[in-house]
Amino acid sequence: MSEETVNMEGAVCAPPLSHTDQIVMGHGAGGRMGHQLIQKAFLPAFQNPALSAGDDAARVNPGSNGQLSISTDAHVVWPLFFPGGDIGRLAVCGTVNDVAMLGARPLYLTAGFILEEGLPMETLQRVVVSMQSAAMEAGVQIVAGDTKVVQKGKADGLYITTAGVGLVRSGLTIGGAQAREGDVIILSGSIGDHGIAVLAARGELGFQSSLKSDVAPLNHLVARMLDTSRNIHVLRDPTRGGLATTLNEIAVQSNLGIVLNEEAIPVHPEVNAACEMLGFDPLYIANEGKLVAVVAREDAGRILEAMHGTRYGEEAVIVGEVTSETRGRVLLKTAIGSTRVVDMLAGEMLPRIC
Amino acid sequence: MKYVTEYRDAALVKGVIEEIRRTVTRTWTIMEICGGQTHAIVRHGIDQLLPKEIELVHGPGCPVCVTPLELIDKALAIAARPEVIFCSYGDMLRVPGSARDLFSIKAQGGDVRVVYSPLDAVNLAQANPDKQVVFFAIGFETTAPPNVMSVLQAQRLGLKNYSILVSHVCVPPAIQAILSSPANRVQGFLLAGHVCAVMGYWEYPSLSEKFRVPMAVTGFEPLDIVQGILTTVRLLEDGRVEVANAYPRAVTLEGNRPAQAAISKVFMACDRKWRGIGTIPMSGWCLRPAFDEFNAEKRFEVESITADESPLCIAGQILQGLKKPHDCTAFGKECTTEHPLGATMVSSEGACAAYYRYGRVEMNQSMQS
Repeated sequence: MSEETVNMEGAVCAPPLSHTDQIVMGHGAGGRMGHQLIQKAFLPAFQNPALSAGDDAARVNPGSNGQLSISTDAHVVWPLFFPGGDIGRLAVCGTVNDVAMLGARPLYLTAGFILEEGLPMETLQRVVVSMQSAAMEAGVQIVAGDTKVVQKGKADGLYITTAGVGLVRSGLTIGGAQAREGDVIILSGSIGDHGIAVLAARGELGFQSSLKSDVAPLNHLVARMLDTSRNIHVLRDPTRGGLATTLNEIAVQSNLGIVLNEEAIPVHPEVNAACEMLGFDPLYIANEGKLVAVVAREDAGRILEAMHGTRYGEEAVIVGEVTSETRGRVLLKTAIGSTRVVDMLAGEMLPRIC
Repeated sequence: MKYVTEYRDAALVKGVIEEIRRTVTRTWTIMEICGGQTHAIVRHGIDQLLPKEIELVHGPGCPVCVTPLELIDKALAIAARPEVIFCSYGDMLRVPGSARDLFSIKAQGGDVRVVYSPLDAVNLAQANPDKQVVFFAIGFETTAPPNVMSVLQAQRLGLKNYSILVSHVCVPPAIQAILSSPANRVQGFLLAGHVCAVMGYWEYPSLSEKFRVPMAVTGFEPLDIVQGILTTVRLLEDGRVEVANAYPRAVTLEGNRPAQAAISKVFMACDRKWRGIGTIPMSGWCLRPAFDEFNAEKRFEVESITADESPLCIAGQILQGLKKPHDCTAFGKECTTEHPLGATMVSSEGACAAYYRYGRVEMNQSMQS
């Protein structure tokens, strides 16, 4: 073929793939595809104000004894045990944290177990002991449960679904829609530890890591913060989809803009190195023991001080602020002085080729 | 991080940008050839900091974006077979073929796995003797050494159940095609540092001479990129036609000779279709006949699969640097990273995807104005 036949003007395209006909892995990644699934499949069927608020937990008002915070979370992590935690600790902390993020004191959990035929009893026992230990740390009780066993090959060892209920501190209306212009954004510590620790534990990355998952119950941290200030407007734990997705949710819910300062965001060197190698961005990596708080600027110093006195808030820092510009979007001021948009995670996070 | 943070130092980057500002006297159009550089430029907002005289255009250097439709269709046909474990770099799972993508195949029960290295796929073949393991060997020169090593390793191990589906492309023929186009606007090139780490840059002086275009071997960190731009601008301003190495900590003129030897043992040059551009003669690599037994196209008899790409988006012009992503009416509307219409939106290294993810504010403002 000669050079002249090269069609350099040819516009080429591929038909779009919407993945509306079947579930693909991206629907479970905590990003925009998951949101679309909720919008299309769940909200229209179940619609009610508590669900539509779109927070980590639902605030309900069953009677005269104050408001309840209710949440549920399904856990399918592999491997079941990873540095810093396991599926049991994850299942307790995930729900405790979601319940706490409305400014509530988590009280009771329930747990549903889906067990695969052939699961070693010893594995189950280790998981249960870990759940109890996490529940004690959080100060909650696991008061009901259910067990189902499925055939070999129909589950990945074991899956756990937990639900939790807590009492919302009176007078609080914490939620994603409550962010206000001029508020500052506090992050309780480094990002990406859980996601990278679990990825490294799968042994597929070809490198060893000393990194541990940050999985932890944050309810005591939340309580300390609430003791310090009444001006905490949003609390959210940035799990799947990472800090970027969580802040995008808050920007949309509050219809305000968020400006992040890249240099202020703590990232462990191991997390950064793994992300560099794999082409990931720490902003999109899951955390299981971190929270984001949107608080009144005048109280930020006091709240930070209170956080620094707790086990899971020692590294808390201010990472950004809320503005009325670029509503519904998150911007990042880069280390070299430019600004870019930080979008929500789209579908599944995929390693880049090079 | 050692050896990285130094190259993201804001003061150093700003210093080089100041130097570019002092050096430039007129407008210049410079193409970064590599998708990794496009990603870094947009992620760090480097283009915002440059003087307005410098226009960066994004080249066809994203291997995921330029992999042709019919090869994706072949991959999908192979991956759907019950006896196959289909291994790929993560990015490729999202690339739409004529009707489906690898995600859909996976959802339908196909065994599609993301691996980080083709040698992991060889290990899978060893561990699963009753399965056929296929690796989707795409990429520029950078990924060729591990891909050919996987074949040599499988040969050494005597594996009969490992093969690769090859869609390798090379940078120099792409530059040649871009510069040969009557519509070309590119006056200088940032050469892809990782490609040159493997291949050296001895292939480029003749191209530079032939088309009278200066080039600079460029790295991937912000400081590397602005250094590459400064080097190119200096060459342009001085009217010098040469290939400079602005990435000497990783690249030598001759490159990695053992890697080049391994590549030429396993691969040979061939015509290759580029999604969005068309066929560029002798622009890719395929397996030598001696390695036919590792050729997935032959093993699974998918050579006859062809696909016509329909002219719905402007990815072709974007890949050639003739248009910017937000020149496209579909950008950010019908075409998003979740539902890519074209090659450049498909990969996180694609120009449209990089713009969509990091630059939507700029895009929206320019659309409103």
